[in-house]
Parts: sequence; structure tokens; C-alpha cells
Amino acid sequence: MTHSFPWLTLLIVLPLAGAVALCFVKENSIRLITLGITAADLLLSLPLWWLFDSSSGGMQFNETAVWIATPPIHYRVGLDGISLPLVLMTTILMPLCVLISWRSIDRRIRSFMAMLLVMEGAMIGVFAALDFVLFYVFWEAMLIPMYLLIGVWGGPNRIYAAVKFFLYTLAGSVLLLVAILVLYFQGGHTFDIVQLSQSTVPESLQFWLFLAFFAAFAVKVPMFPFHTWLPDAHVEAPTAGSVILASVLLKMGGYGFVRFSLPMLPDASIAFTPLMVTLSIVAIVYGAYMALAQADLKKLIAYSSVSHMGFVTLGLFMFNIQGIEGAVMQMVNHGITTGGLFLCVGLIYERTHSRQIADNAGLTKPMPRYATLLVIFALSSLGLPGTNSFVGEFMVLAGTFLWSKLATALASLGIILAAAYMLWMIQRVAFGVPSAHMLPKLRDLDRREMATLVPLVVLVFWIGIFPNPMLTRMHASVKQVIARMPAPATAMSPGARPSPASTDEASAAMETPRP
Amino acid sequence: MTFSPGDLFLILPELLVITAACLVLALDPVLSSSKKDGLAWLSLGTLAVSMGVIASQMGHAAPAFGGIVIIDAYACFWRLLLCFVAGLTVLLSHTYLREERLYFGEYYGFVLLALSGMMVMVSAADLLTIYLGTELMSLSLYVMAGLKRSEPRSLEASAKYFVLGAFSSGILLYGISLLYGATGSTRLPAIAAAIAGRSLDDPLLLAATILLAVGFGFKLAVVPFHMWTPDVYQGAPTSVTAFMAVASKAASFGAFLRVFVEGLGGLKANWSAIFLLLCVATLVLGNIVALVQTNIKRMLAYSSIAHAGYALIGVVAAGMAGGPAGGANGIAAVMLYFALYAFMTFGAFTIVAMLRKGGLDGDEIEDFTGLATRHPLAALLMLVFMVSLAGIPPTAGFIGKFYVFMSAVEAGLTWLAVLALVFAAISAYYYLRIVMVMYMREPVALTAASPRLVMSPALSIVLACAVAGVLFFGVYPNPLVNLAGQAVLTLK
Repeated sequence: MTHSFPWLTLLIVLPLAGAVALCFVKENSIRLITLGITAADLLLSLPLWWLFDSSSGGMQFNETAVWIATPPIHYRVGLDGISLPLVLMTTILMPLCVLISWRSIDRRIRSFMAMLLVMEGAMIGVFAALDFVLFYVFWEAMLIPMYLLIGVWGGPNRIYAAVKFFLYTLAGSVLLLVAILVLYFQGGHTFDIVQLSQSTVPESLQFWLFLAFFAAFAVKVPMFPFHTWLPDAHVEAPTAGSVILASVLLKMGGYGFVRFSLPMLPDASIAFTPLMVTLSIVAIVYGAYMALAQADLKKLIAYSSVSHMGFVTLGLFMFNIQGIEGAVMQMVNHGITTGGLFLCVGLIYERTHSRQIADNAGLTKPMPRYATLLVIFALSSLGLPGTNSFVGEFMVLAGTFLWSKLATALASLGIILAAAYMLWMIQRVAFGVPSAHMLPKLRDLDRREMATLVPLVVLVFWIGIFPNPMLTRMHASVKQVIARMPAPATAMSPGARPSPASTDEASAAMETPRP
Repeated sequence: MTFSPGDLFLILPELLVITAACLVLALDPVLSSSKKDGLAWLSLGTLAVSMGVIASQMGHAAPAFGGIVIIDAYACFWRLLLCFVAGLTVLLSHTYLREERLYFGEYYGFVLLALSGMMVMVSAADLLTIYLGTELMSLSLYVMAGLKRSEPRSLEASAKYFVLGAFSSGILLYGISLLYGATGSTRLPAIAAAIAGRSLDDPLLLAATILLAVGFGFKLAVVPFHMWTPDVYQGAPTSVTAFMAVASKAASFGAFLRVFVEGLGGLKANWSAIFLLLCVATLVLGNIVALVQTNIKRMLAYSSIAHAGYALIGVVAAGMAGGPAGGANGIAAVMLYFALYAFMTFGAFTIVAMLRKGGLDGDEIEDFTGLATRHPLAALLMLVFMVSLAGIPPTAGFIGKFYVFMSAVEAGLTWLAVLALVFAAISAYYYLRIVMVMYMREPVALTAASPRLVMSPALSIVLACAVAGVLFFGVYPNPLVNLAGQAVLTLK
């Protein structure tokens, strides 16, 4: 299906053009103009939700133009049911990132906002790109603005964190470039992602390509043991940077696995499943244990991200509808919930200039609105039924259950631990005894700050209670990914993979709303 | 030797440049010092006309002077690039020399003489003519490197460059003489024909190949023949460093490729193995040593060594590629690489030249501290150049690396591409350190001694050209890719 209106190009170009335009506007109107641009991008992206044809698993809103003649590299963009929610999540979060930076960023506001806009353009580009080289260009182009966001506007140890972030992600992605080139010569002399997803690569080569893809995506997710950049980067980044990092950048790893590794390298994906599942479960449990021990709010959320992203990789490598749809849901949900939590930490940091749990105790009395929202996000993060995270995590566990009961049991530990570290955090932050010298600083949220958090709260409940609209949009695309997987007998123990019919039934059961 | 007047038109650009060089040298003592700016404009005008002539010659290949020179698309590609870089050098020098109080009219004469040598190098099809071009280029550069007569470093650079340059020229000449002994000619086509039936193990040919590789290795500054580079790049006036790092390296690669592809193409199995070794050594050493530099000119010197390593990947790929078109992609990738490298390296050196500290070069990395606060635009440009040198999209540096790596993967050298990319990631550390110093360190209190930035209309033009090239070709490299594709030499 082709739309004549260039939705995606506009979505990508608008923030980039906005970043250039920011150089020429007056200092005091920068915030408002950036908010306007991100809001316009959001409004521009919303129609896609309704224009999207859920019955088709193919790419929609396609645009193609020759970019480089030899070798044939195209400017090719399009969305399917997997990338659509991620693009919308990005456009929803960006205005909130601008709002949260309204007062907290007081130096070089022009460059800061320009960096946010460049990030937005590049992030949408990553999710929309359908040419592998174009994807790589967007993927790498994000590094520099993120490096600057952390390094210029970050906390005391920002330079270390920025360099670490940069080198980790760059080291991971250079191998991706080689893999792209090898795939070009082995996969039919094309960089077209759709075509490559249908080509067959020799199994021995798939092994190496999978490792190269893994290097890039596992660092980004981040999977254990490549996660060590994450706590540093999160803690030092300014709030908007943490939100972008947690909500969008981490998703690119998961997105990379489901868009490239699974359909392009199906045999290797199956062969690597035990490793991927092991690393995922280690990440889930280890991340949760680390979160339990943190005294710094941002570090706590950072480690909880490692744990939650473990569910994403776990679900993806189940190769069944519940697993993959659950993983994509989990990606969106983690973006919303963790984004919300980081915004909350940013708000309290603006007041008390501390992220220590001990310094921010007992907020319910002085800041009832803030405490309420914080509790909602925390409950969502621990996967309370009725909130968004429950849907994704439950689906992933349901998908895992079909594959291995032991893995499910171990992964469930993560949910139990999540309840432990989140509730304990809530107990101290919301219901503890406020320290006397902090009390005067604790004023409740104003209207701008409410506007930053409330949209996410709405999403938390909307997805939690009524996940069907998103699932129906994913369905056809996820089925296509699964169709690429070789017959189960060759890869897994017999009976481990459910028949398509039962898969549909199970996911249909999932789609009924829960109280 | 047959001679026709038409031949003169083919080398008209060279003639123009040499004439202008003589004019500059002759006019310099006559002009009063206030009018010496005119010499720069004269040089620029000549370069512009030459570029026009070269562009008109682009289409067809024609040997001249009985085959010692061949003006084909390949020669025109390099000549165009060299003239362009020389033009940027004149513009940069115009301001830089004033800041350095180097009032030498000859300076522009030497730029043009060196340029004419370079142009001869890339269009010659005879080993002795190539040698003459090399010497013309090198002798001019020896003088230019030592122009800051009051500074010991500059004199040291000049002397060091001269000694090692003369030494390498000797080796080159020795190789040429051995090759002449083995094949009975110094013309590349005749050499190629004589080699065609010979065994790869012929000791005379092997020795000649090695000596030529070593001789060119010095000029290209590849490891282990790179020792002179950091000292010379650091000591020479920055405008000269920029010229050497870009133009002299490009010209040497142009001549080097012509000799090995057109003359010694039959021995590609031999030389690609030699260059593979040099390539790996260059990538590893260049990038690792650049990590610990504290002087930005030295860092850029090691970076330029490393970049020669990336370009060598294309040469190795061309030598090892099978199939009819296999070699062409590697050669085209090298040509493209240098065209793109010119923009980013020249841009970076221009910013370095602009930063002054109490009448001296502000060329320590520390001098860039907090540049983003004091000179946001210059810092942004430096950021773009550094990102491009690190090979991160959407900049020209990425496109250059992309094509080089593509030719390597095509030739089955995937491991080399992996190795080079790992070192590209390492190189990002030292390029990004400049960004870090500029953006993330707070500037120290301003005093009279703190570094400041010089600006002039001429410098703005240089920077505008450089950044436009880096960004435009980073996003839309088609024109250059096509140009390199048409101008490529075929490896038989």
C-alpha cells in the first residue's frame, strides 16, 4: 500500500530542519519553538495510527528514492506493525523531554534543544529506514548528539560517562557495518531490508553475521554483560537525556533483533536461542538484584531497565506470537514507564539537588500530586495488572512457558524482585519521614510539570486496560517474522513450538481486557 | 620522441602553474610590501584557470610527448583535486602568514612549484618523469617546511624532511633503475608488456617492486616509513602542514597507484601482499600512537598516517580482487577516499591554524579548552571535521570508509575490514577527545596569553568549502562517486 503523502520524510525532516532553524531564533523563544516543533511532529505522527492498515504485514507509508547509484543505496522508509508503535512512542516522548528541560537546562539552551531535535529526527529515521545503509547512517548519527547531551549537560562525572557510552556503542556498531557489507554480497547485492529479510544466507555465514549483529544490538539493549555503560550514562545524563536513552535508544537494540537478526538470520537465531535466553534471564535477575541495592534513584531505574529489557530479548527469541508481540509491547511499555520514572527523578532533583533515596524521603505530605504519579509509574514498572507493563511481561512469560517452564520460572523471579525494589523505593520515597532541611524545597508539581507526566499516566492505563488496538496493529507483521523461522523440528525439541492455531487462540485470549 | 603542438595544450595547466610560479618569484622583489597580497590573488587566478582547463580535458585520454605523459581522466581527477587543495592553501596562507609575520612572496611561488611537481607526478606515464615530479614537489616542500626561520622546530622539520626525503628518493631511483634493468624501459606500458610473461619469483623484479614500495612508502608516510611525519607536520608552518597532509599525500598516492596498477599490474600478487603488511602496520600504529598525543598537529599527523592505512585497504583489495571489475572498485575507493579526506583534513588544519596563542600557534590540545563557549561556530566546524575523520555518518569520512571497506569485503578481505573498523572505533577516542575538550571542559579565565581565534574573509571561504564538502558529500556523494568511477584505472 502506497500513500502519496510523504508522512515519514516529513516526520524525519521536520525536527532536523527545526534544529537548523533554532540557530536563527531569539534566545528567549527557543523553548517555546522547540516545544512547537516536537508537538507538530507528534500531531503529524498521530494520523499514522489510524491510517495504518492492520490487516497487512508488509511495509506501509513507503517512500523510495535512489540515494547513491553505485552500489544501489536507496532512501527507503516505511513502517510496519513493529515500528509504528515505536515511532509514535518517540514522537510522544519528545515534547515531554522539552518540557522537563524547561528550567533545568540553563546553559547553552540553544544547542541543547537543537541536539534534542537532531536526536528525534535520527531516532525516527532508525525505526523507519528500510535500507540497511540508511539505517546505519541514522543509527550512527545518533551517537554524536547523545554524546554531547551527556557530556555537556550532564552531572559531575559526565565526561567519563559520555566517552564510555560513545565507545561502547561505536565498538558494537562497527561490526554491524561489516555485516551489512557481507550481507550485501551474499544476499543478492541489495541493501533493501525487505528483500534481505526474504533472502537465504548460508548457515555457516549466518553464524558470523549473527555475532556481528549481536555486538551492535546487545550493547544497545543492553544485554548482560554489555550493560555497564548504562548506569553511568543514565546517572550522569540530564533528565531529557536519560529519558531518550532509556525510552528510545534501548529499544533500538530490541528493534534491531526483531527487524534484522530474526528474519535475515533465522537459522542462526534459532541456534543462538539458548545463549540469548540465558543472557536474558541473567539480565532479568541480575538487573533486579542490582536495583535492589541502589541508593541512587537514577541508578535504581537504570538497573531496573536492564532487568526489563531482559524480558524483551527473552520474548523475541521465543519465536512465537506471544513472545514477540509481548517483547514489542514491553519495549513500548518500558519506554513509557521508565520514561515516566526518569521524569519523576528529574523533577525531584530540580528541587532537592539530590537523587539519593535517603534525601528524598516522605514526599506524600508535601507533594501529594508528585507522590501519586510516582507511585503509579512504580506500580506500572513492577507489572501490576491494569497497568501497561503487565501486558507485555505476561505475554513474554506466556510465550516462554511454551518453550521452557524452567526459563519461565526463572524469569518470573524478575517480576517478584521488581515488586521488591519498587515497593521498597516507594516506601522510602513516598511514605518515609521527610528530613527537615529538605522540607522547604518540596513544592508540589506545577501545571507544566503535570503536563509532562499526565500523558504518560494516560498511556499507562490505556495500554494496561485496553491493549488490543496495539496488538492488532502488530499482529500481521509479527506473523511475518515468525513465518521466516525454519520448521520447529530442526531447531527445538518436538512440541515446543505451538501450532499456529493455538498461538492465535492464546494471543486472542490475551487481547481481552482485564479489570 | 615525437612532438606535436597539441601536446602543449594537454599540459597547459602545468605550464600555467609553472609560469605563474616564475612570475610570483620574479615580481616578489619588485613589489612593495603593501602590494604583495597581489601575488596570492595571481596564484588563485591561475589555479582557477587551470582547473577550468583540466575540467575541459576530463573526457578523453591522450598520451603526450611520445608517451611520457598521459592526460586521461585519472590524471585529470587528481590534478583537479590538487589544484583545488592548492587554492585552499593559498587562501589559508594569506591570513596565516600575516599572523606569523612571514612576509615571503616566494611562499606562493613554492606552493605553485610544488603543485606543478604533483601534477606531473599524477599525469606521468614514465618512471623518470614521475621521479622528476616527485623531486620538484619535495624540494619545494623542504623549503616551505623551514620557512619559520626563527623557530628551531621549523628548521628541524625542514632538515629532517630533507634528509629522509632525499634518502627515500634515492631508494625510489634505485628501484627504477632495477626495473629498467629487468624490463629495458622506464615507460609504464612497456614495463607492463615486458613483465607480462615473467615469473612472479623473478628476483630482479621482486627487488625492484620492494624498492619502489619502500620509496613510495616514505612519500605516503605509511608505517614503518612514517617516522618523519609527526616532527615535520608539527614543526612546519600550519598552512604548509595542511598542504603536505592533503596535497602531497594525494599526489603520491596518484603516482603510486599509476605505477603499481599500470606498470606493475602483472605483479599484483606480489605487491598486494607487501601492501597488506604495510596497511595493517599503518592502521595499528597510526591509530594507537595518535591516542597519546598532546599536540594537535602531531595527533593529526598520526591521524593522516592512519588514513593512508585506510586508503591502502583499497589498494590491497584491488590487488586481491578477482573478476574483471574487481580491481576497479578498490582503486575508485582510494580515489574517492582522498577526495573526501582532502575536505576534512584541510578543514581541521585550518581551525588549528586559526587558533593563536600570544603570536604563536595554539596547537596544544589544551588550547582548545572551552572553545565552544568562546567561539561556538569554530568549535562546531571542528566538531564536524573530527566526526568526519572518525568516519561517523552523515559526513564525508563515513562515505570514504564505506567504499573502502566495501571493496575489501568484495575482495574477500572481510577480516581486514573488521580490523580496520575496530581501529576506526579506537580512533574515535582521540578525535572525540578534541570535541570533549572544546565542549565539555570549562574555559579558563581569559588572559592576554589565552588562545584566541583569528578570522578573515579568506579563512571563511576555506572553512565554508571544507565544511560544505564534508557535509554535502557525506549526504550526497553521488557526483564524486561517479567521477572516481569514470576516472579509475583498470588493473589488467
